[in-house]
Amino acid sequence: MDKFDTLTGIAAPMPLINIDTDMIIPKQFLKTIKRSGLGVNLFDEMRYDDDGNEIPDFVLNKTQYRDAEILVAGDNFGCGSSREHAPWAIKDFGIRCVIAPSYADIFYNNCFKNGILPIALPQEQVDVIMKDAEKGANARVSIDLDAQTVTTSDGEVFSFEVDAFKKHCLMNGLDDIGLTMEKAASIDSFEAAAAQSRPWV
Amino acid sequence: MSPKTLYDKIWDAHLAHEAEDGTCLLYIDRHLVHEVTSPQAFEGLRMTGRTVRAPDKTIAVPDHNVPTTLDRANAATMTEDSRVQVEALDKNAKDFGIHYYPVSDIRQGIVHIVGPEQGWTLPGMTVVCGDSHTATHGAFGALAHGIGTSEVEHVLATQTLIQQKSKNMKVEITGKLRPGVTAKDITMSVIGVTGTAGGTGYVIEYCGEAIRDLSMEGRMTVCNMAIEGGARAGLIAPDEKTFEYCKGRPHAPKGAQWEAAMEWWKTLYSDDDAAWDKVITIKGEDIAPVVTWGTSPEDVLPITANVPAASDFEGGKVGAAERALEYMGLTSGTPLADIEIDTVFIGSCTNGRIEDLRAAADILKGKKIAVKRAMVVPGSGLVRAQAEEEGLADIFKEAGFEWRLAGCSMCLAMNPDQLQPGERCAATSNRNFEGRQGRGGRTHLMSPAMAAAAAVTGKLTDVRELM
Ligand code: SF4
Repeated sequence: MDKFDTLTGIAAPMPLINIDTDMIIPKQFLKTIKRSGLGVNLFDEMRYDDDGNEIPDFVLNKTQYRDAEILVAGDNFGCGSSREHAPWAIKDFGIRCVIAPSYADIFYNNCFKNGILPIALPQEQVDVIMKDAEKGANARVSIDLDAQTVTTSDGEVFSFEVDAFKKHCLMNGLDDIGLTMEKAASIDSFEAAAAQSRPWV
Repeated sequence: MSPKTLYDKIWDAHLAHEAEDGTCLLYIDRHLVHEVTSPQAFEGLRMTGRTVRAPDKTIAVPDHNVPTTLDRANAATMTEDSRVQVEALDKNAKDFGIHYYPVSDIRQGIVHIVGPEQGWTLPGMTVVCGDSHTATHGAFGALAHGIGTSEVEHVLATQTLIQQKSKNMKVEITGKLRPGVTAKDITMSVIGVTGTAGGTGYVIEYCGEAIRDLSMEGRMTVCNMAIEGGARAGLIAPDEKTFEYCKGRPHAPKGAQWEAAMEWWKTLYSDDDAAWDKVITIKGEDIAPVVTWGTSPEDVLPITANVPAASDFEGGKVGAAERALEYMGLTSGTPLADIEIDTVFIGSCTNGRIEDLRAAADILKGKKIAVKRAMVVPGSGLVRAQAEEEGLADIFKEAGFEWRLAGCSMCLAMNPDQLQPGERCAATSNRNFEGRQGRGGRTHLMSPAMAAAAAVTGKLTDVRELM
């Protein structure tokens, strides 16, 4: 998995609440058996018209946001289906960090497994970053995962919370299956005990 | 011993490891797999030379992509990429030796309907699936999580899931439901109260007389939509109805093992003085038949209400409501019961079980549809067979419904069953997101009885007027 430590980049503003995974990557793109190549279809139905032409008004189609690496959005980002295609598409587009007041649970977890940092901040602080993002490509937002801070282009600094284990894995690019397999002995003994106490399972 | 909730009890019984920072490994009893969220996980195993740790606890069935038309055995009915996904599942099931119900098997169906039907889902278990509606299995008092593909791979390789404990929320539905009000109305009304993010960080336990009175089918409908309220899982404590449902199912324990299981299952309830982080109480008699008007499952109103205005809301919801009204092509102030419907879809893991088909058929008996098209997609081959035996299929067909084979179908429209832009659908599924049932399609969520009522009048309809 890719490491994440610091990032300074363009932030694309999407001031919408409840951005769901069907919006992020519509189901017609779930038929792949690969993880890559989904970036062109990120936000497909908002980004392209029926003939496949770009809708100029959509934020990621605007010149100044084409290289965005950060997405700033409203409450409950990533709600809906468990499809990991959503973070795959975000990552494939080049976005490494999302900033929003809150996230749906499964999406939030999925981000960490794919080298994406989802940052939750209070609404007022997201509003400030959103304003910053709306300034366009010159306004670079900086993220420091180790220090757990977001710095706006005007130098305003906000601190965010992140689970220590998730942070550790993301900063070091660790594969959590490998980490869990190191605990195989605990799983073995749990399984042996469960086979006695709940043999019907 | 300190008092515990049902969630606490199941959690404690499955804790395989706890690190100092509180990160836990939860042992998984049942892993359900379908074709859309698993190919990359199996590919991951192959690339790293890992195997499936517990193939006997892993069950796979294709459902999301498969056509539901009667000619589906003909490979040409499937698009190339759908066929590749289903074939990948065929191969992965075989290569890794996991239980499998192929498309040709009468037991095939939506993964969340097949699991309980075959007795894979039992009280007190931990159940995961790469699908958010895994919450359905909570109806058995099983802790059931939806997971992403990386987690599918993690569970395949280790039979555990890395988790942090959620908070406990109690949702109590007191008293009796009024006639015409169903499990679907309960679960949608709860989301109307909590909002789609109200459950985030919680596991919800549904309780109260109105929940106890529900059948197992109804309880599955309630838990199914826990995820639409943002919760990590929904739970209902098992009782005699649960045990009765499980007894004799192909993979339920038998004989002495059944007795041993029952002994434990009977301890699976929240202790009287258990602590809750949040409690919501709703009176059963206050719940009306409801429909959604917008593009979020929280956009719920009684059928007797009018389309709201964006100005009725606050904060970020104002813009969201504006966008939803425009997308749905609705004018505020219009009575919901005046909204004309093009299509009716009865099915999905929310409402594709036998009781749902009975409720719809009850309304449709001797009537004809007044919409352009209507379809019933049973949740499994066995539900379909039972409905045929009970004569329900004939009622649907005579009314003008298409009688389909089992699958997810128009719930997410990954197969050819899709809405056209602007087409308006009364659906018994669980999501009304933009484009969910086809690009530009407009979805109103409701119960099977309400969907049947809409089918016969051609409009959103208060089912109580037809009862
Ligand atoms: S029926 Fe719909 S919600 Fe249920 S598993 Fe299938 S696609 Fe998901």
